[in-house]
Amino acid sequence: MTKIKVSNLQHKYPNGVVAVSNVNVEIEQGEQVSVVGQNGSGKTTLVKHWNGLLKPTKGNVFVGELDTLDHSVNTLARKVGYVFQNPNHQIFAASVRDELEFGLINIGLDEEEVSNRTNRIAEEFGLVDYLETNPYRLGFSLRKTVGMASIIAMEPDVVVLDEPTTGQDYLGIKAIRTAIKKLKEQGKTVIVVSHDMPLVAEDTDRVLVMCDTELIFDGTPSKLFASNEILSKTNLLPPQITSFTQKVGLNTEGESVLSVDEAEKAL
Amino acid sequence: MSVIKIENLTVQYLGEETNALDGVSLEIQKGEFVALLGAHGAGKTTLCLSLNGIVPNMINADMYGAIEVLGEVPPKIPVRQLATKVGSIFDNPEFQMSQLTVFEEVALGLQNLGVEKTTIEKNISESLKLVGLEGFEERSPFEISGGQQQRLAMASALAMKPEILILDEPTSNLDPIGKEEVFSVTRSLNQEEGLTVIIAEHEVEVIAEFADTLVLLDEGKVNEVGTPQDIFPRFVDHQEDIGVRVPQVTDLASRKTKNFSSIPVTLDESVEMYKK
Repeated sequence: MTKIKVSNLQHKYPNGVVAVSNVNVEIEQGEQVSVVGQNGSGKTTLVKHWNGLLKPTKGNVFVGELDTLDHSVNTLARKVGYVFQNPNHQIFAASVRDELEFGLINIGLDEEEVSNRTNRIAEEFGLVDYLETNPYRLGFSLRKTVGMASIIAMEPDVVVLDEPTTGQDYLGIKAIRTAIKKLKEQGKTVIVVSHDMPLVAEDTDRVLVMCDTELIFDGTPSKLFASNEILSKTNLLPPQITSFTQKVGLNTEGESVLSVDEAEKAL
Repeated sequence: MSVIKIENLTVQYLGEETNALDGVSLEIQKGEFVALLGAHGAGKTTLCLSLNGIVPNMINADMYGAIEVLGEVPPKIPVRQLATKVGSIFDNPEFQMSQLTVFEEVALGLQNLGVEKTTIEKNISESLKLVGLEGFEERSPFEISGGQQQRLAMASALAMKPEILILDEPTSNLDPIGKEEVFSVTRSLNQEEGLTVIIAEHEVEVIAEFADTLVLLDEGKVNEVGTPQDIFPRFVDHQEDIGVRVPQVTDLASRKTKNFSSIPVTLDESVEMYKK
């Protein structure tokens, strides 16, 4: 069980730019949380504190019992896995198998367990046919899947996905959303940084909205998409189906219809 | 008047076993807004790169069949020369930036063609205005937002006064504001300036509103060509086969009626139909 607790967090980069200020938030084990906002709002800076890739310049971040100021990424990564937006920043092994095994060997699993888990995760993510392939021979979509699978293989309590659906086609997005549902069933905390509003609406239960370095909203997607004030301040657009139900009055006051399935029921 | 004519075009990259394009035939009219849809690997990028001559002139590939763009045969003329007629925008605007200021960035292509100074200045100021970047001349291309960078890439292409704009997933790395900026500039270039637009894009809700014609690609072949109103309603049950999503309002309406002609593809249409 890993709870994330952020108190009075500020992050100032060495060049003097403050990217996150005064953020307070707690995330319980098993929550599905999205972090949204325009580029430069502080989203990625915030989540990079959750596995120690960045350290607070003021305030504290606790990952379970661990104060991130006192622990290395290496230790924290066992609890919080971070999947990069660009798989090229993460992948460096010569084969998909080596890539999947690397983290498992690092966390000290024995040979048999490494091999079992690698095979299981390859099966789960449809990578069995590519285990001996160089990841750079794969298309972007599959390479992104490899990046995600190699982190999930380590079975961290918390998985952070940075822009998982960017540059993905329909089937790629579907595969990622299925993976998120599976993590949820396993009781993992899933944190998604994303501009993909259908994903935010349908696959997460709580949204953190960042705007100009601050956390300005913390609530359900249903309440977020009903709040014109927050939407216009951040230039966020609800999913098309949500806008449709608002325009024809199918939603209840202060709440939103979040998916085509929900809209069908409301009709 | 047709500006692009492709017949039975087949492209095979060196060392690849399958054809990236496999017998594609297509005709595009002047002023048309065409969206290329399809899964990864369907051939969208290869089609874009064949139209601006990068394939096979810069990326080696075997090409068969006939391709004609504004009366030119792309494989037979230098890419730089074709760029004066066909502007190209890709998904990574920062990869296209090389200069210290926005002004120099837009000037680069024109200087390379030996255009005289006064024309260069006039073209730059016109094209920056078209993309809403007037006043950005002395800024660094690396210190502006993603949406601004992509509009700068568009201005660089526009400075050459092209008749056709090709955009390959221009918004996939942008945030919502950036996406909106690029889409609205693209639309006004098409509607106000009369440019022919060919865009590969996954944002089907926007495409449904903007495009005259959808070209559905599948494994290097043209699967369907038609208007959004014609195509999206028929593909609601085949989204997985073609790897393309349909707009959410189309999905919803199709659950209530199977009469394709009465299924909306845009938000406004769906609201109107609901009220009836």
